[in-house]
Amino acid sequence: MLTLVPQQSASNEPVISARNLVKKYKDFAAVDGISFDIAPGESFGFLGPNGAGKSTTMRMIGAVSTRTEGDLSIIGLDPNVYGPEIRSQLGVVPQSDNLDTELRVRDNLLVYGRYFGLSRSYLGPKADELLEFAQLTEKAKARVDDLSGGMKRRLTIARALINNPRILLLDEPTTGLDPQARHILWDRLFRLKEQGTTLVLTTHYMDEAEQLCDRLVVVDKGTIMAEGSPASLIRQYSTREVLELRFGSENNAAVAKRLKGIGDRIEELPDRILVYADNGEHELARVTELGLNPVTSLVRRSSLEDVFLRLTGRSLIE
Amino acid sequence: MSTATVGYTNDEAKAKAMALGAKMRRMGGWYVAEHRLRGMLAYLQTMIATSIGTPVLYLYALGVGLATLIDANIGEGASAVPYLVFVAPALLCSAALTTATEEFTYPILLGFKWNPIFFAINSAPISGGQIINGVFYAVTIRLIGQSIVYYLFMIAFGAIPGLWGWLTILTATVTGMAIGTILMAYTASMKEDRGQLAYIMRFGIIPLTLFSGTFFPLDTLPAFLHWIGWISPLWHGVELSRVLAYGYEEPGSLTAVHIAYLLALTIIGVVIARRVSARRLNK
Repeated sequence: MLTLVPQQSASNEPVISARNLVKKYKDFAAVDGISFDIAPGESFGFLGPNGAGKSTTMRMIGAVSTRTEGDLSIIGLDPNVYGPEIRSQLGVVPQSDNLDTELRVRDNLLVYGRYFGLSRSYLGPKADELLEFAQLTEKAKARVDDLSGGMKRRLTIARALINNPRILLLDEPTTGLDPQARHILWDRLFRLKEQGTTLVLTTHYMDEAEQLCDRLVVVDKGTIMAEGSPASLIRQYSTREVLELRFGSENNAAVAKRLKGIGDRIEELPDRILVYADNGEHELARVTELGLNPVTSLVRRSSLEDVFLRLTGRSLIE
Repeated sequence: MSTATVGYTNDEAKAKAMALGAKMRRMGGWYVAEHRLRGMLAYLQTMIATSIGTPVLYLYALGVGLATLIDANIGEGASAVPYLVFVAPALLCSAALTTATEEFTYPILLGFKWNPIFFAINSAPISGGQIINGVFYAVTIRLIGQSIVYYLFMIAFGAIPGLWGWLTILTATVTGMAIGTILMAYTASMKEDRGQLAYIMRFGIIPLTLFSGTFFPLDTLPAFLHWIGWISPLWHGVELSRVLAYGYEEPGSLTAVHIAYLLALTIIGVVIARRVSARRLNK
């Protein structure tokens, strides 16, 4: 059984530090001057829509993509010079599973461990520990192609842990998984976080960011739009609650005009009206006092999704 | 139950990273070769069947069967030998060439495209160049193994009269590498497989096998087709193998050209493949 002993980091020096980081493909800047620090043991997220530059940033942190401009330091080393050295201390879970389908499940771990100079005698028991951690012990001899999506993801995470990495990079770790598989994965990642592993992840799932991240940056078009803990971002960019009102698609626009002065901010969508307020019930009462009777109403807590949509817009990004 | 410690400082991490990084810069290619050889075990039975079946079939069909129709010895003067002795070194080289074209192409496309394991390997402390080196080492090992088996069958068929015949194991291996590494460089640059590899096999490798002095001497072809042999690594490999297998007579300078040409192509192929691979992985 794998047991990691949590320890307080002996230093608060950031394990990852970026200043004005830029990655250009010809004239297109995929990452356009971002700066951030990640502390040891911290769980840090890049939240953003597709094409925001999250994966490019992750590849630069993973020391496999050369930056165009700016400064980047991983465990105090420059990835442009010390790529293999840095990568020896990382675990990487890419956006798409790239397990070796020619090998069986356990062999994937054994072979990958060799890339970190680990001996075969060490890797045998280590692979078994990680299979247990990833709840894949029963599948040790299975073919990779026979695993479900969630199992493949867990195997990819187990592979990334074969070298006891100091930093685990996860690029959209749960995209495409069903809710059960996502929750199992979150549980495993949360354990790693508790044990002190520095987690750096990208996601466009708000609930995932709220579950896993101590701190995150919202990225859009290669730049950082906002930074903070999930709670502080909600405080800063949204209200405590959101009142959702539906008056019917044809009536929403006309009703919205009459709602001026209700709540801190009103957002009109084709199918509903959102009223941002600290007390949703109170605002609902005010709406009713105006003689307006919504078809449906819902008061909910503000979420990161509200922050995300406010910062990155509601138009479809493809 | 084992215990791992995750608390650390950057200096501690840096010290470990520097030590491990140095080791992997030195040894990385061999770990890739280990991985690749392990991958080959998935089709071990096919490999064994091919290694045994190819020499048996070809040596029997051509060296014994077809040879019954060829009364005269091939070559002139002291170099004149029965058809079996003439054709056997060429068959050995052709077999190495066939294996090399398979191992240096589809696994490369697999690693970059279909099952992009090369990106995973590159996420570990292994460079793109080392991935190419590793594939090269693994295929070389397979080619040597396969050529040893082939050579044993050549002995069994009585096709090796010369003392230095065993060196054909190496010439066949280098012949495979000379073409294979160039194909590897090309495959590493392929974004999509729209049948290019099948086209290369059909209209590149097979004609090369036919017109490289393999089944009949090059000078029996019209003079205007001799250039095919001169640029063909297979012709250089076959001629070199004949020199070693039965003392085929040719100028020493030409033998040197064979060796230099095969080695030069191999080196060029590896160098270009390394560059293409490094560029492709550094997205």
